[in-house]
Amino acid sequence: MRLLALALHRLLWFAPTLFGLLAVTFVISRVIPADPVALVAGETATPAQVAALRRDLGYDRPLPVQFVVYLARLGRGDMGTSLFTRRPIVEDLAHRLPATIELTMVAMIASILVGVPLGVVSALWRNSLLDHTLRVVTVSGLAIASFWLGIMLQLLFAMRLGWSPLNGRLPGFPPKDLTGFYLLDAALTWDWSTFGVALQHLALPAVTLAFPALATLVRFTRAGVLDAMQSNFVLYERAMGLPRPLIVWKYILRSALTSTVTQIGLLFGILLAGAVVTEAVFDWPGIGTYAVNSILRSDYNAVMGFTVWAGVIFIVVNLLVDVAHTLVDPRERAA
Amino acid sequence: MAELLAVRGLRVDFATDRGPAQVLDGINLDIATGEVVGLVGESGCGKTTLARAILGILPEGAARIRAGEVRFAGTDLLREHPATVNDRIRGRAITFIPQDPFTSFSPLFPVGAQIMDLMKWKSPRARDGDRPSSLFARYPRGRYRADREAVLEILRAVQMPEPARALRRLPHEFSGGQRQRLMIAMALLPQPDLIIADEPTTALDVTIQAQILRLLRALVKERGVSVLFTTHDLGTAHEICDRVVVMYAGQEMEAAPTDTFFGRPAHPYTRRLLASVLGPDGEIRDIPGEVPSLVTPPSGCRFHPRCDYATAECRVERPALRALASGHGVRCHHPVDAPAGADA
Amino acid sequence: MIQNVNAAWFAVTRLARDRSALIGLVLIALLVLSAVLAPVLATHPDDVFELHPSERLKEPSGAHWLGTDRMGADVYSRLLFGARITILIGIIAVGASLAIGVPIGLVAGYYHGWVSDLLMRVSDIFLAVPQVVLAIAIAQTLGPSLPNVILALSVTYWPWFARVVYAETRALQKEVFVESTAALGASPWRLTVLHVLPNIASPIIVRASIGMGFTILTAAALGFLGLGPPPPTPEWGRTIAESREFLPDAWWYAAAPGLAIFLTVMGFNLLGDGLRDVLDPRLRRSGPARDG
Repeated sequence: MRLLALALHRLLWFAPTLFGLLAVTFVISRVIPADPVALVAGETATPAQVAALRRDLGYDRPLPVQFVVYLARLGRGDMGTSLFTRRPIVEDLAHRLPATIELTMVAMIASILVGVPLGVVSALWRNSLLDHTLRVVTVSGLAIASFWLGIMLQLLFAMRLGWSPLNGRLPGFPPKDLTGFYLLDAALTWDWSTFGVALQHLALPAVTLAFPALATLVRFTRAGVLDAMQSNFVLYERAMGLPRPLIVWKYILRSALTSTVTQIGLLFGILLAGAVVTEAVFDWPGIGTYAVNSILRSDYNAVMGFTVWAGVIFIVVNLLVDVAHTLVDPRERAA
Repeated sequence: MAELLAVRGLRVDFATDRGPAQVLDGINLDIATGEVVGLVGESGCGKTTLARAILGILPEGAARIRAGEVRFAGTDLLREHPATVNDRIRGRAITFIPQDPFTSFSPLFPVGAQIMDLMKWKSPRARDGDRPSSLFARYPRGRYRADREAVLEILRAVQMPEPARALRRLPHEFSGGQRQRLMIAMALLPQPDLIIADEPTTALDVTIQAQILRLLRALVKERGVSVLFTTHDLGTAHEICDRVVVMYAGQEMEAAPTDTFFGRPAHPYTRRLLASVLGPDGEIRDIPGEVPSLVTPPSGCRFHPRCDYATAECRVERPALRALASGHGVRCHHPVDAPAGADA
Repeated sequence: MIQNVNAAWFAVTRLARDRSALIGLVLIALLVLSAVLAPVLATHPDDVFELHPSERLKEPSGAHWLGTDRMGADVYSRLLFGARITILIGIIAVGASLAIGVPIGLVAGYYHGWVSDLLMRVSDIFLAVPQVVLAIAIAQTLGPSLPNVILALSVTYWPWFARVVYAETRALQKEVFVESTAALGASPWRLTVLHVLPNIASPIIVRASIGMGFTILTAAALGFLGLGPPPPTPEWGRTIAESREFLPDAWWYAAAPGLAIFLTVMGFNLLGDGLRDVLDPRLRRSGPARDG
């Protein structure tokens, strides 16, 4: 029941928050020195042609009217048309979404699978060489500029060593489009050579993206484990002679993970933000590059579309994290 | 009476900012089979440290055992192989009842799961080849049923309502008193020889304390289990202990059967302690002076700075154990021979 | 008040014993020195503006410690001047975020009801979109320049301060000393300035230090995307972007500014960590207990 109440509370705030977000972005996008219509029309267009285009696109109406029209269209699932690709923005986004999701998911899974055990081990062998090395690595991980890391990795592994492709998601033809995730699609259609190539292309961007996430996870897990190790129930279990692996991997880990789960939501936010820059470095055909390009090209409809999408994702992820936290910590459930 | 536990000359140091604190200074302690021994003293006297030293769960970096032995059923626990101690002694021959029932369960698992985890490794029905070898090993089927039956039975014995349903509940759904009953149950399940109870009622409501104490005493007497019971409250010691040992600043001062301890205490500190709780006119009289620093403790008998009867000898030499009557030992150069409350 | 000075001194001495925090301090000092003494420390101070096309893309050597870039300018010297930009952006952006976020957090924390909710929702809106994206949008809208970058960063970072201050103010409200002082009739202003502010000072300081690192990274990302101060300003992020087409040969061109960013952010992170270890448990305990 509490779960339901929580979900409802979130959804209630969802609408006004999203509204606020849209309003802010809308205002910013319309109150600008540069005139996007003129940009689209091109340098050779006559004033009459520009005016005609403006009427065509509905940019001549007063601002609040434009906003209402936009919201109405949004309600019907129409984000408008990109000023540059001339395709519906919803289509553009849908086309590019899988690439970003795939990259982010791979990075997140990798950072969890590597980061959590490292955090546990680092706490168990506190102040050992491993612990100190990890401390250095994690502090660095949060100090390195993502784009620079990406470039350096490209420099070393792609250019100098030739182990990895330089950029892009896949040369040649993608596997049969079932989910849009190349890895998944290739695996499902038993196309292992494509799988391999896709993986190769994913490697560098995923590592770049995962690095700061990994650093954060190791730190949080370490702190969580150290905390749990001080607790009274651990003392009791030690006093009663329970085997150490049981105490550590069942009781301490569960305790530490409860706090880590909330961090995963934060992590997702970090990863999404990082994705924008990382995609730019590796020419990854995802939402990030779409957003950046749209902004740079003053394609304001597209920017709005991206903002809506980002806002929704953020709120949904937050909700999921809260739900997960409630599931993981039974104290919350029973209340 | 057969001696179950014999601590001899135990010295434990704790690392502090100002140097090592001599928390235990050559303690001796005896517990016989089926005996409930109360370990009494003010906060900081070292009773919890002694309890943990016996169990072997002192904090590894901070505490150092300097000397002494802990003989349990013939073996010195301090010199035995740690794995053997962890396997055979802890949670089997010697069990533990902690002070704070509120935080001694993991809040994330139902109590039943935690109790059965204990049974998986520490059940008295487990034979050597029967115990799971690793984390993923399964619970031997037949034993599981028998163990679960034993758990339900013990829960009934500690007066836990609806035992089967209780097992499915999470720790926070129980009151403090109920959680302590669960702790008592868990301490009895492995059929131990000795239970170490570290201030088990301090965290509970006064109204429930007596209940829990009586329950504990009844259960252990039924089963012939010995108990080392630490407390700073003389009343609880009087309630359930067969013998009382009093500690001060890391040294044991006096040990006597309960009646003798409260009736004819011989050590000046004991007498002061008893007087401070209730003077003859109902007044509470504090012991003048302060608890000494353990980093630079007083020489000789550590109580001498606050003792009315202290002489030069007390300052120089730690008194040896003097047997006054059977079972009544005191470490004092000038033990008092008068009934309690006879002082001015 | 004296209590707080004592506590502060205690914190400083404890910080001095934290080795990694000291390393952080050293790194920051290095940054500040480089920025302030750039004209003196640079081997080719004029290279910020002058071009030497004949010298382009030379390897590190005795004459050019970190090599030259595509214009023939000395990378090392430009790096030093770039430190000025970095510090400027960091200090002003974080300072502005603080100036916006702290009052908002205070008001939201002090009052309850719709004012508080509204303020927190507004800050949530700003947090809903990844900071980088929002900063990009703002910078693009206003045009690439130094003031615009600073503006974009300030507008996107203030919610972090607001949140911290909000949480701490709410927590403090529950503490007895605040209740009793208010009961004695102290005005909200007096309460805030004399009692609340000193106690939230430490989380704000920690947040500011960590915020510097974060802001500098975002500023570099903006520069990388071309949204920062335009050439010939030797901003570090932009330099990295410029270097890309000359890789892998002119590796020094990309490596140097990146390392500079790394050391700078690392410095602030280490200091922030050290401050957090020292300030948070200490100041709070010795503050309210003896207060009036």
